[in-house]
Amino acid sequence: MAEPIIRLRGVTKTYGEGPTAFQALKGVDLDITGGDFVAVMGPSGSGKSTTMNILGCLDMPSGGEFVFKGVHIETLSRDQRALLRRKYLGFVFQGFNLLSRTSALENVELPLLYRGEDKKTRRDMGMAALEKVGLDRWWDHTPAELSGGQQQRVAIARAIVTNPDVLLADEPTGNLDSERSVEIMKLLTRLNQESGITVLMVTHEPDMAAFAHTIVHFKDGLVERIEAGQGAGQSEKAPA
Amino acid sequence: MLGTTFTLAIRSILRHKLRSFLTTLGIIIGVAAVVAMVTLGKATTAAVQQQIASLGTNILQVRPGQGFGRGGGGPRPPDFDEADVEAVREQVAGVTAVAPQAQSTATAIHEGANWSTTINGTTGAFFTVQPWPLTAGRIFSPAEEAAGKAVCIIGATVQQNLFRGGNAVGQRFRIGGVSCDVIGVLSRRGQAGFGGDQDDTVIMPIKAVQRRFTGNRDIRLMLVGVDAAYDSAQVQASLSDLLRERRRIDAGAEDNFNIFDTAQISAALTGSTQLLTSIVAAVAGISLIVGGIGIMNIMLVSVTERTREIGIRLAIGAIASEVLMQFLVEAIVLSLLGGAMGLLLAQLAIAIITPLMQVPWMFDLQINIIAFAISAVIGVVFGFFPARRAASLNPIDALRHE
Repeated sequence: MAEPIIRLRGVTKTYGEGPTAFQALKGVDLDITGGDFVAVMGPSGSGKSTTMNILGCLDMPSGGEFVFKGVHIETLSRDQRALLRRKYLGFVFQGFNLLSRTSALENVELPLLYRGEDKKTRRDMGMAALEKVGLDRWWDHTPAELSGGQQQRVAIARAIVTNPDVLLADEPTGNLDSERSVEIMKLLTRLNQESGITVLMVTHEPDMAAFAHTIVHFKDGLVERIEAGQGAGQSEKAPA
Repeated sequence: MLGTTFTLAIRSILRHKLRSFLTTLGIIIGVAAVVAMVTLGKATTAAVQQQIASLGTNILQVRPGQGFGRGGGGPRPPDFDEADVEAVREQVAGVTAVAPQAQSTATAIHEGANWSTTINGTTGAFFTVQPWPLTAGRIFSPAEEAAGKAVCIIGATVQQNLFRGGNAVGQRFRIGGVSCDVIGVLSRRGQAGFGGDQDDTVIMPIKAVQRRFTGNRDIRLMLVGVDAAYDSAQVQASLSDLLRERRRIDAGAEDNFNIFDTAQISAALTGSTQLLTSIVAAVAGISLIVGGIGIMNIMLVSVTERTREIGIRLAIGAIASEVLMQFLVEAIVLSLLGGAMGLLLAQLAIAIITPLMQVPWMFDLQINIIAFAISAVIGVVFGFFPARRAASLNPIDALRHE
């Protein structure tokens, strides 16, 4: 089996200090294979969001090892982690988190701007990403002019515009009705299948988790069990 | 990278027009208030100083009377006469010239226009003890003076009301039943700090005024020019001694005349304008502080409100310093824009208000630079530090910020 793209070993995370300290992660071990579609589930306070933040290099573990593409993330500086996010990671949030009063295209172009791409490249890549999520005709609409499902699709376009290795989605369907949710899940599945992006998704809805290839259950700051989902994933396509 | 930062900053400013406008407004008001206030203060000071200069600084005004005013009973002290004038001129060291004055009021009439004014009888010395140039014509000759001819030099207000501002020299008008030739027009002096319009006057040879208006040879006022090389207090003392002797005042008795030293008056006025200047400076300082607090507030509010945006930018791969640069550029652009608009607004206000206040228009480079610089610095500093705090947040915390 190939080297996993993500490897967590004994990862802990403690918030606060002294007697009020709260240990959110108590030593998580987890391997994620490149190209997999992983759903992370668990009750609130189980540590699933904390794990996602660490995997997204948005937060640092208090202890343990986090190896991403062979790099020990826990040794990197703030700016190095930002550059890593810029290059390899894409984010989708429950609350969409688009810039207001900013057109869909400009929202999607934003990561490219920080990468220093020129205007034409930004436009071409931005439009291509919007096309992938089926919103190229809506490129000049601001978030206020788009529905929740459309906003989340713009957010997904923004996350994939840089062709990242990993797409992290924190409850991407949490603010959407079931019909829109299924649309988003189908879109994530398609991106995983067609572009080979590794998708990590936090959800508390079993229906949504069922789209994933692998389901990781968290409980009390630890991985409780890992099961196979109904969705297609890397290992099915991978040569035996 | 700088190009990107600039693009982002300009986009953000244009996208949030109200927020940008409010930020700029604080700076505009701050700069405009300070610049307008200080400039108007300085213009007022200049106007007052100009009036002081027009009085002539080395003149003693000598009037009969006791103390200030003529309070109390007793007989009215006698006026001066020509012999007194002669004696002062000849016997007091440091006196350059003495201009006697006899006053009366009368109505002047010219081609249906009439105007009630003050007639001042004096001699040519009137124009040597103080600077009061003519705009047209000439002063009276010694011959006209000696003969007491009915020739007039009119003030600017009289020229305006009697001749509608037109040419008056060579014209003839009637004043109190006397027909008078205009030989000169005085330049405008403006309002005196005390005692009304100085330009509302007709000046004639003193003999003409005594003979045709007052009907006596009394002199109500002497203007005594003091040589700049002499101490005016000393000249005043010897003048006082001479007059006491001539008016036979016993030792220990009070003077029955007053001597005003215009140098003292101008010193007092200069003192009050200096006070005015410092009050204006204090008010300007306060408005700068108020303006600064306005800028601070809007900057703090806007950055707090934008913490989430900072979180988004950090999450999608912006480095903290890039986010910070963007906010800094935004603050600089808004501050410079606001500062420039504030300066323009101040110039507009000054152009409108100076004529209303009857003070000269003025441009004070120094205060323009100071107000602009301080506002810009406040704008940048208070745009920068809250942004730095936000950029140093964990992206997760910034994103959760509501």
